[in-house]
Amino acid sequence: MSASETVILDQAGVNRALTRIAHEILERNKGVEDLALVGIRSGGDYLAGQLQARISEIEKVDVPLGAVDITMYRDDLAARGNLPVGKTDIPFPLDGKRIVLVDDVLYTGRTIRAAMDALIDLGRPRCIQLAVLIDRGHRELPIRADYVGRNVPTAQEEDVKVRFDDTHHPIEVKLVKP
Amino acid sequence: MSFRHKHIIALRDLNKEEIELLIATAESMREINSRDIKKVPTLRGKTIINLFYESSTRTRTSFEIAAKRLSADAVNISPSTSSATKGETLADTALNLLAMKPDIIVMRHAVSGSHYFLANKVNCSIINAGDGAHEHPSQGLLDMLTIKDQFGRLDGLKVAIVGDITHSRVARSDIQGLTKMGSSIFLAGPPTMMPPGVEKLGNVTVCGTMKEAIQDADVVMMLRIQQERQGKTLMPNTREYSRYFGLNPTNLKLAKPNAMVMHPGPINRGVEMSSYVVDGDQSHILKQVENGVAVRMAMLYHVSGGGSVE
Repeated sequence: MSASETVILDQAGVNRALTRIAHEILERNKGVEDLALVGIRSGGDYLAGQLQARISEIEKVDVPLGAVDITMYRDDLAARGNLPVGKTDIPFPLDGKRIVLVDDVLYTGRTIRAAMDALIDLGRPRCIQLAVLIDRGHRELPIRADYVGRNVPTAQEEDVKVRFDDTHHPIEVKLVKP
Repeated sequence: MSFRHKHIIALRDLNKEEIELLIATAESMREINSRDIKKVPTLRGKTIINLFYESSTRTRTSFEIAAKRLSADAVNISPSTSSATKGETLADTALNLLAMKPDIIVMRHAVSGSHYFLANKVNCSIINAGDGAHEHPSQGLLDMLTIKDQFGRLDGLKVAIVGDITHSRVARSDIQGLTKMGSSIFLAGPPTMMPPGVEKLGNVTVCGTMKEAIQDADVVMMLRIQQERQGKTLMPNTREYSRYFGLNPTNLKLAKPNAMVMHPGPINRGVEMSSYVVDGDQSHILKQVENGVAVRMAMLYHVSGGGSVE
C-alpha cells in the first residue's frame, strides 16, 4: 500500500497559529521582560525564529533567541545508532529567564525531556514553557504543552511532517499514513 | 550519514565523508567544552579503559577528559602499574580487561599494528592513541580541525611536514587524512629519517631541503625528534639538525604571511623549533591541544553509538 499524505495545516494556517501563539506567550508572561525563545533542532529553531519576528512586530522588542541540539541527551542513542551532533547555540545567560521552548511536533515527550535536561545543564531558568505547532498525542512522559498550534489525533504508525522552505519559513504540515 | 566503524585504528581506514563527520561532530562538542558545567550525559554507564603502554601526558589526559565530559567512566592503566612489567602478553592483558566488560579500550602501544591484533581478540571498540610508527588518528583529526578553524577548508592547502618522518605516526595520520581532504603535502627531513616510497601515499612530495618544503606553505607542521625511538646514527647531533631542519623566525618568512605553525608536542625547544616561533603569533600549538579534547569526544561518541558493522 502506498503512503497517503493529507495536508492538515497549510501555510496560512501555520502563520495564523504562530501569530496566535506569539500573542498567547505575551499575554501569559505579561510582556517581554526576561522572556527568551529556545528552539529545538531541527525544525523548532526555525519556528522559534518565526515567533521572535512576530513578538518583535507586536512589542517592538527582539527577545533573545537560542537553539538547542538534544542529540547528546537522547535516551535511545544505542538503539538509534549514532546521529550527527548539531550545535547548541544559546548566546545569552539562562539564569532567571522565562524560557519558551519551541518544537514543531510534540509526540512522546522524550525530546522535550532531553531539551529540558540540556537547558538545565546550561543554567537555571526561572521557568520553562513549551510551545509546539502540532500536538499529536501518544505521550510517554508526563509532559504537556503550554501553547499548541493545533491538536491532531493520530495513530502511532502515522507520521506528522512539518515542511520548511529554503529560508526556513514553514510551508505546510502533512499527516503521512503508511 | 552515520559512522559505521566499531574501531578507529587508522585514518587510512576512513573515507573522506567519515573524516568530515568526525570533524563536524568535534565542532559541536566544542560548545560543551566552553560551558560552565562541562558535562553531558551521552555516554553514561559506558566504561572506557585507557591502556597506555607508552608514556603520554597530552593524549591520555585528553582522552580521559573527553570520556568524563561525556559522562563515561574512564580508568587509566599505565605501563609502570600494569602486569606488562610482570611479563603478561598483550593478548592476555586484553582478555583480562575484557572480563571486566569495558565498552571502549583506548590504547597506545609501541608496536605498529598492535591495535588490529587486539581488535580481533576483543568484542569492545578499540581506539588507537598511537601505535609505534604507524598512526595516531586522534592527532591527525585534531590537526585537521585546527587547520579548518584557520582557513575554513582543507582542500587546496600546502602543508609542509618537517622532521623525522620515518618514526612519526603523527606524520602518517596527517598525510592519510589531509591528502583525502585535498591538501598537498610537502615533506622535508634528513634522508635517514625519510621513509622510502612515502610519496606513494597520495599527493605527497618529498623535498630536498626544508626551504623547498615551507616555501609558500599554508601550514608548517614540525615534528619532534624522537630520541627514544631511533638509534644514535640517524643524525650527527641536535645542533646540526636544528641548523638544517629547525624552524626559526627567518625561515618561517618563506611560508605564506598567515601560515600556521603546528607541532604535536612535546616540543624540544631550540631543536626542531626556536622558542620565538613556539610562542609566536603564528603558533597554533595550544589550539591543537584544546581541539584534542573535542576530537576525542567525537571519536568516543561515534564508536559508541555505531552499529557493529566493521
